[in-house]
Amino acid sequence: MRHFISIADLDRTEAVALLATAEHMAATQSRSIRKLPTLVGSTVVNLFFEDSTRTRISFEAAAKRLSADVINFSAKGSSLSKGESLKDTALTLQAMGADAVVVRSASSGAAHQLAHAGWIDQPIINAGDGAHEHPTQAMLDAFTLRHHLRPGDPNGGLDGLHVVIVGDVLHSRVARSNMLLLTLLGARVTLVAPPALLPVGAHAWPCEVLYDLDEALAAGPDAVMMLRVQRERMVGGGFFPTEGEYSRRYGLSTQRAARLPDHAIVLHPGPMNRGFEIAGDVADSDRSVIVEQVASGVFVRMAVLYHLLATDDREDAR
Amino acid sequence: MTDQSSTDHRSRVLGTEEIRRALTRIAHEILESGHGAEDLVLLGIPHRGVPLARRLAENIVRAEGLGGDIEQLHGSLDITLYRDDLRKHPTRAPSPTRIPREGIDGRTVVLVDDVLYSGRTVRAALDALSAIGRPAAVRLAVLVDRGHRELPIRADHVGKNLPTSRSERVFVHLTETDGEDCVDIVRPAGEDQA
Repeated sequence: MRHFISIADLDRTEAVALLATAEHMAATQSRSIRKLPTLVGSTVVNLFFEDSTRTRISFEAAAKRLSADVINFSAKGSSLSKGESLKDTALTLQAMGADAVVVRSASSGAAHQLAHAGWIDQPIINAGDGAHEHPTQAMLDAFTLRHHLRPGDPNGGLDGLHVVIVGDVLHSRVARSNMLLLTLLGARVTLVAPPALLPVGAHAWPCEVLYDLDEALAAGPDAVMMLRVQRERMVGGGFFPTEGEYSRRYGLSTQRAARLPDHAIVLHPGPMNRGFEIAGDVADSDRSVIVEQVASGVFVRMAVLYHLLATDDREDAR
Repeated sequence: MTDQSSTDHRSRVLGTEEIRRALTRIAHEILESGHGAEDLVLLGIPHRGVPLARRLAENIVRAEGLGGDIEQLHGSLDITLYRDDLRKHPTRAPSPTRIPREGIDGRTVVLVDDVLYSGRTVRAALDALSAIGRPAAVRLAVLVDRGHRELPIRADHVGKNLPTSRSERVFVHLTETDGEDCVDIVRPAGEDQA
């Protein structure tokens, strides 16, 4: 593994190995001293072209717990056009001696371009690129699902689980990465969205697609993942008639949550629109693992940094 | 590779019985060097130190006629994340760390490994220990000491001192991990006998 760009680049063995490493990272974080010397002397650059609170902080915490130095580079407000900006920034980072670059961009494919354009030699980690992928988010969701629903087997996947992913699939890199990873790990995925919030070609994905949330919940899923309705990306409107109608048809209300099986858990990648896609008391209920997802994020990102940086298995070293 | 190894010279250093005797002796040494089994924790370094620590714990329980839970006498200590040579190897998957319920604060920790060589594993283990707690004392028990230390580290309890050259390789096999108990030394083909 040279970069961490897309779940599509992983096979099941690699995905399970990352989850197993994340479990070990989690175990070290209950010690009296949580800082590990593993990546001492490395520099990790957080390159964020798009707003982010939890992902950036999570990567920063993960790198620091492994003793790497962290440089936060926020490109917000830059007047350069995106292509030039990315290239010039990459050359700058290369010259500064970054050992890994964590990149978040509104442009799908930005991480891939950074990794493969030849501007920079270091490992690239995708922290979300446009509506394409957010692979570490999918890893932390899988980690959380496994912890609750398939505990005990460090080499196991999510075989036989049924996960329903609900909401703004069109704009969601989280949904795409999760659909790929959860099916790779053996789970069955159902996407639920209004037709206008489904991307073209979603019906060809290896999952079930429904327009009716109640129909999906009637199947008794093991987990429900609510997506944020990304209103900042809905330029021009027309994706749904009114917020009230969206909330009535696609929101996880208290009544809907009550119909879930007892063991079922509720996930949300955050930030939440309380009372819109998810009712406040569902987000705060015992089923909700939303806060735990944040903790899992640090463990998973430690594992990804470890697999990319604490190694010398590049092609030229073989 | 197969052709190569067929001409390598392999010789048996310890057999099942010698390993058993060595571990019995080390268990007694550990008891004599401290104050019996009280406040003792044996931590094996993965992978083969873990079953060795367990066997030493069993020997100690037998020698002292102790009751109680043997799981509280031994555990495992992963050192992967504390290594100083991580970038010289493909990714190493970490192994579980299991510390007995009582912890290690104020107790005597005996680190257990199969082979003592450069000493770098032990250095990493000492760092890992300090992140977990503050033992009263730390000792080191190894099945084989093959020399060539790169750090000022020595073992307190040694099953077998085995003078080797750097080109030789030492293979420890244990029933729990490899299906048999033995220690072999392999000299590469073409090297003169030392």
